Amino acid sequence: MYVIIAGAGKVGWNLARELISKDREVTLIESDHARYRVVEEELEHAVQYGDATELWVLERAGIPRADLVIAVTGDDEDNILICQVAKEKYGCQRIVARVNNPRNLQHFRLLGVQPAVSATDLILRLIEHEVPEYGLVQLLSLEDEHLEIIEVEVGEGSQAAGSRVQDVPLPDGSLIISVLRGGAGFVPKGESVIEPGDQVLLILDPGLESQITPQFAPNGAGPSGHG
Amino acid sequence: MLILIVGSGRVGSAVAQRALDAGHDVSVLDSDPLSHERLDKDQTTTWEDAGGRFTVGTALEIDALLEAGIEDADVFLAATSGDNTNLVIAQIAQRRFKVPKVVVRVADPARSSWYAEQGLITVSPTQVAIDQASEVVLSA
Repeated sequence: MYVIIAGAGKVGWNLARELISKDREVTLIESDHARYRVVEEELEHAVQYGDATELWVLERAGIPRADLVIAVTGDDEDNILICQVAKEKYGCQRIVARVNNPRNLQHFRLLGVQPAVSATDLILRLIEHEVPEYGLVQLLSLEDEHLEIIEVEVGEGSQAAGSRVQDVPLPDGSLIISVLRGGAGFVPKGESVIEPGDQVLLILDPGLESQITPQFAPNGAGPSGHG
Repeated sequence: MLILIVGSGRVGSAVAQRALDAGHDVSVLDSDPLSHERLDKDQTTTWEDAGGRFTVGTALEIDALLEAGIEDADVFLAATSGDNTNLVIAQIAQRRFKVPKVVVRVADPARSSWYAEQGLITVSPTQVAIDQASEVVLSA
C-alpha cells in the first residue's frame, strides 16, 4: 500500500512514522523548508519538499499510484483541495482530510472530501462518551453508507430495562449490537436480558434516534434529544 | 445585476470600480477593513456614495457571504491573494449558492486549467504574464 501524506506537522510526521513502522510505503510532503530539513533528518527519502496543493508536487510524489492520500496540513483550504484533486483528477480511491476549524466541516462535505477528521469533534465525542450528559452518544457516523452507531444508557425503570433484547420495540433499520456492563462488553443474543445501567450500542439508519431513545429513558420519560 | 467580489486587492478593487461604473450593483467582501481604501482610490466620491457595498469578513464564513449578498448575486468573483482560498470559495458559490456565473483567480496555471475543465471560469494572471512575456521576448 502506498500512502501520500501532505503536511509534516505533528500529525503528519507521527502518522508517517507509524505507517513506515508497519512497512507501508509512505511519502510525506512538507512546504516549509526549515520543517522539511528537520523531518528529513529522520525520514530521509520518505519526505519531499514542496507545496502539495500544486499538481506537479503531487505528481513527483507518484500520486497516480497512491492508494491513500491524507491531507493534514494546518490549512483547511489546502486540505480540501489536495483531497479533491487526489480523488477527482488522479482517481485516488481513498482520502482522509484533517479539519482544523470545525466550522469548515460543511465545506469539506460540500466538495465531497470525506472522511474529514476534526480533532475538536473527536475530543468532544470522547467527552460525551465519558460524560453521557444526554443519555445518547453518537460513536460513529458512516455518511456514505447511511449508517451510524450510537450508545445509549439504559435508564432505571425504562422499557428496555429487564427486557430481553428481542422484546425491546425498535424501529426497522436499527439493531442492538453490543451491551456494555461493568466495564466489559458482549454481543447479546435475542434472549439476553438488558439491565438498568447497561450501555447499549445500536447500529441504525440516521434519523431513527428519536424513536429509539424513549425505550431506554428512565421511567419512560425520554430526553428531548441531544445536542 | 449584482456582482459579488471577494478580495479587494489590486484586481478585485479595480474590477469592482469598473463594474460600478458600468452601472451594476457591486458588493465587495474582504477580511481587511483597510482594503476599502483601494475602492475609493482615484474616485471623486466614496465607494458607498457611489453606490457600492463593502463588507468586512472572511469568505469561508457563510455568514459573511450571506451578509455580502451572495444569495442574490448573479456573478461571483474570487480574487483574494490565495489560490486555495479562491478555489474553495468559488466552489461554495457555485455548488451551495448556485451563483450563475463564478469566476476565480488562480495564479497557478496548472490548476487554473484543470479547474476550468471542471466548470469554473478561471483567470490566471501568471498564464497571462507567461503568454505576454513570451510573445514580446520571442518577437524581438
